[in-house]
Amino acid sequence: MTGWAALPFAGAALAAAALAVTRANAVHAVLWMLAALLALAGAFLALGAPFAGGLQILVQAGAIVVLFAFAVTVLDLSAEAVARERARIGWREAAPAGVAALAVLAPLTVAAVSLDGGAGGDVGPIGPAAVGRLLFGPWMLAVELASLLLLAALIAARHLGRRGEARR
Amino acid sequence: MSGAAFVTLIAASSGLFAIGLFGLLLRRTVILQLVSLELMLAAGGFAFVVAGARHGGAEGQGMFVLVLTVAAAEAAVALVLFLRLRALADSADSDAFDRLRG
Repeated sequence: MTGWAALPFAGAALAAAALAVTRANAVHAVLWMLAALLALAGAFLALGAPFAGGLQILVQAGAIVVLFAFAVTVLDLSAEAVARERARIGWREAAPAGVAALAVLAPLTVAAVSLDGGAGGDVGPIGPAAVGRLLFGPWMLAVELASLLLLAALIAARHLGRRGEARR
Repeated sequence: MSGAAFVTLIAASSGLFAIGLFGLLLRRTVILQLVSLELMLAAGGFAFVVAGARHGGAEGQGMFVLVLTVAAAEAAVALVLFLRLRALADSADSDAFDRLRG
């Protein structure tokens, strides 16, 4: 696992993400997000992390994108609405957002470059068995907390999404 | 993994995070802000997996699983809230939701 093999996938993810956040049509934005998440899954596989890659495809690019696909159906995607949206994301709006994003990116990049990474090396792929031993051994409490979080999210979604008179 | 490849990939994950932040600030349609948030969370998970591959431990992928759990919970609650608020305010813009009422 040289690490460089993941670089093309990471570059593709960056390009797809940049397209995703700048498309006027929400359907295109969601599809570019899907492309970015799938490119990240490719990077995980290239890094020797097949379990993370599989989960990325199944959950992140699968289940979560399906939720977005449902939600996007309620949007007004007529030609006029898309043109209105395009007019709202011109240079005047992008400049302050870009400055803020660069202000966050600069220290992150400085921190990344100053990483020496400690003792690294060629360590071969880390399969699902090792991850499972970690998650269901020493990290059991974290997994239980994650399951509680998912249960809470499920109940909240069920409660908020119920039909009936909207309370005001 | 060489140190240079490690630094490059961590910088790429920072770039992905910054792109997500840029989208979050630029867009005013709630669902596109959520797309940007999803990209920011994915960037965090990517950094964990890269570090795990560098150090040869399963902890990177373990943390990725936990980040994924948070992303799934966030997406479910945020999207149902979006649908609910859209029905109330008849708008898909985050600008429309500027008044809190009990």
